[in-house]
Amino acid sequence: MTPSDLLSILPLLVLVVWACALLLVDLWLKRKGVTAFLAALGLALTAGLALAQAGEETTAFGGMVALDGFASFLNVLFPLSGLLGIAVAYGYLKRMNIERGEYYSLLLFSTAGMMLMAHAADLVVVFLALEFLSLPLYVLAAFARPRLDSEEAGLKYFLLGAFASAFVIYGIALIYGATGTTSLSGIVAAIEAGSLGTSGLLLTIGAALFLVGFGFKVAAVPFHMWTPDVYHGAPTPVTAFMAVGAKAAGFAALLRVFVTAFPALDADLTPVVWVLAALTMFVGNVVAIAQTNIKRMLAYSSIAHAGYILMAFVAFGNPATRADAVASALFYLVTYALTSYGAWAAVIALEKQDPSAGSGQAASGLEINDFAGLGRRRPALAAAMTVFMLSLTGMPPTLGLVGKFYLFRTVIEAGQVWLAVIGVLTSLISAYYYLRVVVVMYMREGAPETTREPWLDFTWAVSALATVILSFLPMALFAWASAAGVMGF
Amino acid sequence: MDFTLLLFFLLAATAVATALGLLLSRNAVYAALFLVLNFATVAVFYLLLGAPFVAMTQVTVYAGAIMVLFLFVIMLLGAEKLPKGEALPWQRPLAIGAAVILFAEAVYLLVQRVRLTAALPDPGTWENSMESLRQMAGMLFTDYLLPFEVTSLLLLVAMIGAIVLTKGERAVRS
Repeated sequence: MTPSDLLSILPLLVLVVWACALLLVDLWLKRKGVTAFLAALGLALTAGLALAQAGEETTAFGGMVALDGFASFLNVLFPLSGLLGIAVAYGYLKRMNIERGEYYSLLLFSTAGMMLMAHAADLVVVFLALEFLSLPLYVLAAFARPRLDSEEAGLKYFLLGAFASAFVIYGIALIYGATGTTSLSGIVAAIEAGSLGTSGLLLTIGAALFLVGFGFKVAAVPFHMWTPDVYHGAPTPVTAFMAVGAKAAGFAALLRVFVTAFPALDADLTPVVWVLAALTMFVGNVVAIAQTNIKRMLAYSSIAHAGYILMAFVAFGNPATRADAVASALFYLVTYALTSYGAWAAVIALEKQDPSAGSGQAASGLEINDFAGLGRRRPALAAAMTVFMLSLTGMPPTLGLVGKFYLFRTVIEAGQVWLAVIGVLTSLISAYYYLRVVVVMYMREGAPETTREPWLDFTWAVSALATVILSFLPMALFAWASAAGVMGF
Repeated sequence: MDFTLLLFFLLAATAVATALGLLLSRNAVYAALFLVLNFATVAVFYLLLGAPFVAMTQVTVYAGAIMVLFLFVIMLLGAEKLPKGEALPWQRPLAIGAAVILFAEAVYLLVQRVRLTAALPDPGTWENSMESLRQMAGMLFTDYLLPFEVTSLLLLVAMIGAIVLTKGERAVRS
């Protein structure tokens, strides 16, 4: 280990040290607002450091981690998503009587895990990062204990997460068995040496198991069963953080491993990913129609969006389209992060503790019908929510349209026109349930009780503005995402 | 027949006997203790094969940490006595059938693929096996330094999580 090793993961180091320190400092802080502020400061510092690293390209710790455009892009995205996770949680935790300082340290630890995932250039590190980002999320999902649905969410997420980790580790073991190494560059070298013989099959099975494990993490069909229950039961700010961060980190790992190590398995894996993506888009969007609860609806919407991002993977094997696959997936992750944070913030604004039930009971205000009359009561919030729904559908003038456009273009460039057609058709289906929220907000009479909290309002307002404004100048963001290439070995 | 071979057969008999004891005892605590003995026997196998590190890991991790947890859980739940009778009556014949098939396969493979010899593989000298241990330790603190440190963070997070989830509930203010 040399100082340059440490420098290359400096943002991550700062965040981890900050989180440990915050854990201690929190013990002496009476006002949890100060903890929240300090946590936000740490994340902002991390994002700044990561931004300063842009353009560097190196490996560190003997090839365990890589610092490249891909890592620095995501290392800016993850702390920013953590910042929004604090902004939406600050008032909520107070309101729901679950204000504990550990929320912020756990969120910081989870963000650090995601950043490690973006760096990971060795399957051992990929696995550790997966655990490192997931463990805090399991705890956060159960953070509203003793509320039953929150405890259930935590336990379900933990059990299925452990199950998924087992798939990942088994896959890694088989890959190691076939190639004799866990480093991504070593795997490529072993494949190129062409001496795999029958263990080539082992490698393919290993890669497939790896895909299954991360399929759980990113909530792809048929590994999505946990998603609605966990997203529904977890405290809503945690759900927002989880929907964005965990999904992005899962895709970060898949993108890096697939693009770096598995292009040679293209012929075997592309049909699998094709079917996964099509199934995920179809099931996610169709089942979302039947939901009456906004949290469950957004959970199925998040499943569907995992399907859209999975589409990019059909282009990973072809050198000509590989860069586009990474860029469009990253772009879509940003799109989804902005939009979905905004939508969840709007949900949080309407959520309240059920006065009729005891303190151990679920919150109310989460049915889609509870949005009735929002257009009259809170015109700005309703307008923002409309923007988010349009963006999730992929309609102009929002970033969602641009994100989908890039994805579909990549898929068509890769020659998979039918997958793009499925993508467009399922987007049409999704319009039904997204626009229903808009209809309810503006066309139905109602008197929704909403919360006005400065940071919450800030979140949805900024998300809505960014979703609209960035859609008019997507080239800047896309250029950045395109520059975020995965380093070749 | 040299000493290690004799030792091997003694241990093998112990391993099989303890495994059977684990399966057949109707008291969960006895079953767990049989399993501890089984783990310890397997650890000696590893020693015979010249792998002291794996042997020690077997003792500390399996026989030590995991089995203590098992015993804790069994005793905390008060689940020592297994219920009489079986929940799934078709399970036993099915399991016996599967076990016979697996055993036959294992024997077939041993006879076919592995040349059975009446001697254990040479474990090498003690110095050699310590050298491999030294190399492993070196790897852990050079090539695998980062994963090693991340693991420590992982344990820290797990600890925090356990405390957050189980800490006595503060008075609910509503």
